Amino acid sequence: MIHVEHAVKTFAGGQQAVHALRDVSLHVAQGDIYGIVGFSGAGKSTLLRLVNGLEKPDSGTVTVAGQELGKLNKRELLKLRRKIGMVFQQFNLLEGKTVFHNVALPLELAGMKKEEIRKRVREVLAFVELEEKQDAYVSQLSGGQKQRVGIARALATSPDILLCDEATSALDPQTTEAILRLLQKVNREMGVTILLITHQMQVIQMICNKVAVMEEGKVVEEGSVLEVFGTPRAEVTRRFVRTVINDRIPEKFLAVVRAEQRNQQVELLKFIGDQVQEPLIAQLCRTEGLEVNILGATIQEMQGSVMSVFILQLIGEEALVAAAEKKIDAAGALRERLVWDA
Amino acid sequence: MSTPGNITPAQAGFDFAAWFKDFFGIKFDKLLGSLGDTLYMLGWGLIIGAAVGFLLALVLVMCRRGGLWQNRVAYGIVNVYVNIVRSMPFIITLVFVFPLTKVIVGKTYGSTAMLVPLVIYISPYLARLMENSLLEVSPGIIEAAQAMGATTWQIIARFMLPEALSSMVLALTTGTVGLLGATAMAGYVGGGGVGDLALTYGYQRYNLPLLILTIVILVVFVQLLQLLGNRVSARLRSHR
Repeated sequence: MIHVEHAVKTFAGGQQAVHALRDVSLHVAQGDIYGIVGFSGAGKSTLLRLVNGLEKPDSGTVTVAGQELGKLNKRELLKLRRKIGMVFQQFNLLEGKTVFHNVALPLELAGMKKEEIRKRVREVLAFVELEEKQDAYVSQLSGGQKQRVGIARALATSPDILLCDEATSALDPQTTEAILRLLQKVNREMGVTILLITHQMQVIQMICNKVAVMEEGKVVEEGSVLEVFGTPRAEVTRRFVRTVINDRIPEKFLAVVRAEQRNQQVELLKFIGDQVQEPLIAQLCRTEGLEVNILGATIQEMQGSVMSVFILQLIGEEALVAAAEKKIDAAGALRERLVWDA
Repeated sequence: MSTPGNITPAQAGFDFAAWFKDFFGIKFDKLLGSLGDTLYMLGWGLIIGAAVGFLLALVLVMCRRGGLWQNRVAYGIVNVYVNIVRSMPFIITLVFVFPLTKVIVGKTYGSTAMLVPLVIYISPYLARLMENSLLEVSPGIIEAAQAMGATTWQIIARFMLPEALSSMVLALTTGTVGLLGATAMAGYVGGGGVGDLALTYGYQRYNLPLLILTIVILVVFVQLLQLLGNRVSARLRSHR
């Protein structure tokens, strides 16, 4: 659906040029909810704007729904943009106008007939559950309601793709969740492919099926959400994953670990879905001469699956601990050793 | 000694016209004529000046760095032109453009002829004020418009103008008050109007009551104008 190939984009800055994108490639399939995560300045905003031509790459190509953007003339580009909705962090609505007027605008721009506009606006407002606010002024709405209007406006022209620019970053956690559920509904019921950028890993966890991690103008890691959360490689990815899944020995138990005189290892275990069939931890506990101490355990839901995370302290002779590690790996759980300062 | 059917004004009661002439030294009709001249210069000066000013403002906003029509040359020319005209006192502009006035109108006196220097004077001023109003429109709104496939003209007409309108009404009000001051000078040089009346009949003839009357009229007029401008602007802004 969306193919970005080797995109490079440099902005001329005051003192030095800003390299927003350094050879970035991205592939979004139809039906994806694809998340791009990164700290501010990582280039994700520029990457998002390549898709609807608000930014043009210095080199590289962008292909959306089979059309290469660089080869389109102005009119063709405007036409394509009507098939790509966009939602913004600051909503970017006309505050002094009614909800109806805002949602109708893209349809008026496209030259749709008044009667049809009325019907279509009602449809999308019903979809975002704001029917009764049709005649309210945007300035009278709450942040969550404004974003619903923003989504309704983006959906009015029945786009195939929805771009979300930090759509939930200005909202409180509860409203964020409601808006994310709405985006999920847009994806499932309307079949709209969603590309979103965020700096909140919770957003990725809650609705995305694929994720790309950006840092300094590069995609440093990408894959399915379960893969990336399960085995984060790049340091920046680990930092992001850590905001959702704790991968460190809990502060309170550090003392316990430090005080332990016998041979030990602290292991982080991740079980995804039901891929581990055997009662692994129970088996470890039954190992003669091996002491198993659970320092932490959480369950994360993502991508319709469940990820259980354990932090285990394994105490025993070196060979016993090594055998236990082997057993864990053989069972199919994701495992990594955690280190601590003595 | 009056005969029936021949009633003198005095007998008909208070004669306003006679009292006015007596007290202010000019006929009431003369005052009305002057007011008409002022409103003529003000009205047309504002309409044409705002139209020209808007075009200049559009160039300033659209051609600036990062604008939708980014163009250094066009921006530079308009920017310098606006600065030059704005740095000239109106009375200088007035006489400076006499040749142009002559070409356009055919004469250099009368209210219509005065519209030429008035428009030249006020349009860059209005352009600056409207430029500021247009620049207040959030870049996010413009980006949203672009993202939904709006053409540049649609962006101007459907997004920038409506968003800037309230602020532009205030700008126009400020500009109108400035224009009113200029019409007084234009009138003195040869256009008629309330300013001419105050200077020629009030000041030069030591007619203090008339001078005061014209001042009162101008003060009340500006007050009403500002009130109207504020009201309209607030109404346009009421839902934000």
